[in-house]
Amino acid sequence: MSVKFGVLVFPGSNCDHDAYHAIKHVMGNETRFIWHKEHDLGDVDVVVIPGGFSYGDYLRSGAIARFSPVMKSVVDFANKGGLVIGICNGFQILLESGLLPGAMLHNRQLRFTCKFVNLKTENSDTPFTSAIPEGTILRIPVAHGEGNYIADQQTLDRLRDNGQIVFTYCSATGEVDDAFNPNGAALNIAGICNEKRNVLGMMPHPERAVEKELGSSDGQFIFKSILQHMISV
Amino acid sequence: MYHARIYVTLKKSILDPKGKAAFGALKNIGFTGISDVRIGKMVDLKIDAPNEQEAREVARNACEKLLVNEVMEDYEIELITAEQQV
Repeated sequence: MSVKFGVLVFPGSNCDHDAYHAIKHVMGNETRFIWHKEHDLGDVDVVVIPGGFSYGDYLRSGAIARFSPVMKSVVDFANKGGLVIGICNGFQILLESGLLPGAMLHNRQLRFTCKFVNLKTENSDTPFTSAIPEGTILRIPVAHGEGNYIADQQTLDRLRDNGQIVFTYCSATGEVDDAFNPNGAALNIAGICNEKRNVLGMMPHPERAVEKELGSSDGQFIFKSILQHMISV
Repeated sequence: MYHARIYVTLKKSILDPKGKAAFGALKNIGFTGISDVRIGKMVDLKIDAPNEQEAREVARNACEKLLVNEVMEDYEIELITAEQQV
């Protein structure tokens, strides 16, 4: 079975080609771009909302992109159980669209931060993480100015209790502590999923860590998990 | 024609890093009497509506739907008719 990926493209997306390259050329999957004005996702099995600065981050990151025509189809697709992964600005768009709870503030240090971080997988039982070997700390880069995740206490408790916190920032040995938090995110949150586990938002860029030449190929585990999941269903 | 001025601010419970940075800078240049800084944004809307109540309703809807993220922000609407403007 071949799994078909669709990578959304908004005005201002700039990780769309990286995602396309990672999924198509490195992972070997059928992949196509989907322009934000399209209403129909076609026959894609997985939707990727890439990073960048959709609409120049005007108003708030992701606030305007969520009203692009394609997002209505993405919300329907997600509500029917389709897999959606939002990376960086894609995560911000998922928050603004209400597919995931919470919001993003400016990084607490007020600087755009671009560096490799270590990620602990807090829940391996999702379509996005099942192929990550147990105990593996992922090295994947972040590159954002607004990744300081917040939500009210009730939402944070619910995310934790439901296993919706998927990735947290940690040390190289897996210690989750504020010292390893690159942006001030609540509970060191780097990635969360919805209750049904079919929508993932994450600030780090797995598509930028799929080849040894790029410094890490740990991002492959996330795409491998998606493939494994799609083939098993 | 109505003119709605909307003030968007981070919720009081949320640390405002931009305000904090500006506060630190003000202190550094000698403004010792300032005890806090919060930074928000202002949005001006021109609204065609038959009366004040409907104009306010349009502004409120615009805030709830797009202009404000109520997870982290509060807003206030100030409404004036175009005739009142100088």
